Amino acid sequence: MKYTVQIVGVGGQGVLLASMVLGNAAMKEGYKVAMSEVHGMAQRGGSVLCTLRFGDDVISPLEAKGNADLIMGFEPAETCRNLPLGNKNSVVVMNLDPVYPSMVAAGMEEYPKIKDLIASAKKVNDNVVTVEATSIALKAGKAVVANAVMIGVVAGIKGFPLKKDVLRETLKENVPEKFLDLNLKAFEMGYEYSNKA
Amino acid sequence: MVDLLADSGKQLLLGNEAIVRGLIESGVRFASTYPGTPSSEVGNNLEKMGDKAGIYFEFSSNEKIALEVSAAAASAGVRSFVFMKHVGLNVAADPLMTLAYAGVEGGMLVMTADDPSCHSSQNEQDNRYYSQLSLLPMMEPSTPEEAKEMLQYAYQTSEDLKLPLIFRTTTRVNHARGIIEFRKPLDKPAVGHFNKDFKRFVNIPANARTNRVILLEKNKKALELSERSPFNFIDGKGDSNVGIITSGVSYTYVKEFTKGADILKIGFTNPVPEKKIADFIKGKKRIIVVEELDPYLEDQVYRIMGQYGISVEVIGKRNGFLPKEWEFSPDTMRKLSDFIEVAKFPEAMPVSDVKLPSRPPTLCAGCPHRGLFAATKKAVGKKDVIYCSDIGCYTLGGQPPFNEADFIICMGGGSGAAGGFSESTDQKAISFLGDSTFFHSGIPSLISAKFNNHKFTMVVLDNRTTAMTGHQPNPGTGRHFGGVETEMVDIEAIVKAIGIGFVETVDSYDVKKVEQVMKRALDYDGVSVVISKCPCPLVLKKEKKLVPKLCEVDQSKCIQCMTCLKMIACPALMNKNGKIVVDETQCIGCGMCANVCPKDAIGVKQ
Repeated sequence: MKYTVQIVGVGGQGVLLASMVLGNAAMKEGYKVAMSEVHGMAQRGGSVLCTLRFGDDVISPLEAKGNADLIMGFEPAETCRNLPLGNKNSVVVMNLDPVYPSMVAAGMEEYPKIKDLIASAKKVNDNVVTVEATSIALKAGKAVVANAVMIGVVAGIKGFPLKKDVLRETLKENVPEKFLDLNLKAFEMGYEYSNKA
Repeated sequence: MVDLLADSGKQLLLGNEAIVRGLIESGVRFASTYPGTPSSEVGNNLEKMGDKAGIYFEFSSNEKIALEVSAAAASAGVRSFVFMKHVGLNVAADPLMTLAYAGVEGGMLVMTADDPSCHSSQNEQDNRYYSQLSLLPMMEPSTPEEAKEMLQYAYQTSEDLKLPLIFRTTTRVNHARGIIEFRKPLDKPAVGHFNKDFKRFVNIPANARTNRVILLEKNKKALELSERSPFNFIDGKGDSNVGIITSGVSYTYVKEFTKGADILKIGFTNPVPEKKIADFIKGKKRIIVVEELDPYLEDQVYRIMGQYGISVEVIGKRNGFLPKEWEFSPDTMRKLSDFIEVAKFPEAMPVSDVKLPSRPPTLCAGCPHRGLFAATKKAVGKKDVIYCSDIGCYTLGGQPPFNEADFIICMGGGSGAAGGFSESTDQKAISFLGDSTFFHSGIPSLISAKFNNHKFTMVVLDNRTTAMTGHQPNPGTGRHFGGVETEMVDIEAIVKAIGIGFVETVDSYDVKKVEQVMKRALDYDGVSVVISKCPCPLVLKKEKKLVPKLCEVDQSKCIQCMTCLKMIACPALMNKNGKIVVDETQCIGCGMCANVCPKDAIGVKQ
């Protein structure tokens, strides 16, 4: 068994935390883990990509194009930008909260309509799960736990090889004590959303 | 949570964390660096917990000094580790070359973190050649796990040879993550003693001539060690007629995504185990050499075949099958599908048919550099100015709407070049450099400019930290870790002591005022220096010193002239259907946009 998650988003969205939670959970389940992260200049508001691979015999920190089992998209435009990392059978989780690039904010470039982004992903993939993680996070109590919502959504995906309770435990270990309940609530809400979707 | 001081167990660690753990387990007692991606997290971790692990650690003010302090420690018998990004080794190359002649007593590793594909760098030079140039042994891990395991062996090798050893990594090792088993640390002395030896440590010509011979002898011994090193091993049954020779992260792609060939994985890469390579090649029909960047191993394979009288077809870079540029990935293996079995990958989804907005890295919301660049642009007006920028966050000033980077070569390089442009053209030159870069190599440029009466303006963007690499301290902040407290070194005082006639320190959030200062600086007949002294808001946020404020647009006063957007282009300002609105999640209330608003339509609320 080998499983690859490509986590994509924008610096500051919690992509690295999500990758740590998934990676540590995979380790706890006895899998080998190889990951690759983006640090440095790209973190200044640029696109962020994190590759997580786990399974019986993984060693490469990178994955081939098209070979992702799951694309975990924290931002809709970044999800679409990175579709070539997966194939038509991959699962694509797509958070619908946009983060506007500086040129869009300045009115010099346009941000596409969210419904067009969804349509473009659905055109090439039958397993797109869209989620409004920030609005779920707000219902849980705070916008910043949107990444815990995302981890919950992934935990609820049919066939995702890591167990929900292991992910939940690992999330607990990786968030500050005072935001623990908030994160767990967000995780559960994401999980429920995913089950219904 | 990562705990590098744990006694045992296993943890999922970043390559750079695994390396720190490896230092602890190897009994390293002294470490030094100048921060640079992809090596930075090694220093960030040592800053946090080096003293608890019994490791003296310092951020030296440049790589040359970092290498020299670690060289001294190792010469006194203390195991030391100096680390830097690949281009940092250029700065440290001078002491490295002669240190090789003297050698060391305690083990010493020089880590060069190379950056194929230039993720965070200005070039993708292949530092493996430094090992041949300096005649120093070199080792290269393929994964974080191997990096940690290799460190103990590398230290032993360094002590066996009494030579510093080059430990070469790449971004995909430093910034990869893997499962690391913790072992018991070795106990090595933290206090050494330097035993004087004039012939060895004082390389005047008469001694250097002899020491060169000693170094060449040590290389013979290094070759023997490489021949029997467990880090040079054959992976496979040895019965295939195709052999792959590989090293570094490329090994992981070969191992996982190809089948059928025997693999000779080389971890001890200088000197390469030539007999082992010759034996591996003999009887094979074809050899494939898989390595990133230059054909370093490949050329040695050709050399060894010549020496041993072997002739086998070699597939690699010299005949164009594999590229010399950019990092490899599993996809690179497809280029070898005519020669070996390569994993089949499903067809990738096509690129989205929706036009996606670009998302280049950008200066943060509320970054003081924005104000300095906006003011400079105004002050320059239509004058023909060459912007000589440097290595740091302010490199991002090269993007629109500022476009204030015309020439960038290396750390401190902008200020040297500005002097050259001022003497060789009729154009005016401005150099930008950060506080840490000023201490790294800006000071000698300024002294030389004063000495030669160059006429340009040096702008020091002093944001009170080494920001781009992850907020390390520098001489301008003073040192406050590892039980050592030092005072700040004052940039303005240094500039004045050099005798610069025009020095002004400004607050870049007051864009209008900075514009006036920049105008006078540009008119000054000689070297002028402007220091923008404003702390990086990310540091203030981290230290919880950022006073919560927010900019607010009074829509009744706003005439939609877009001056704020055009001048500052802060990511927290948004043009929503012609209306300027503030993104409250990003805005830090710095008031820079309010400062440039011609109608006083933007206010700052507490």
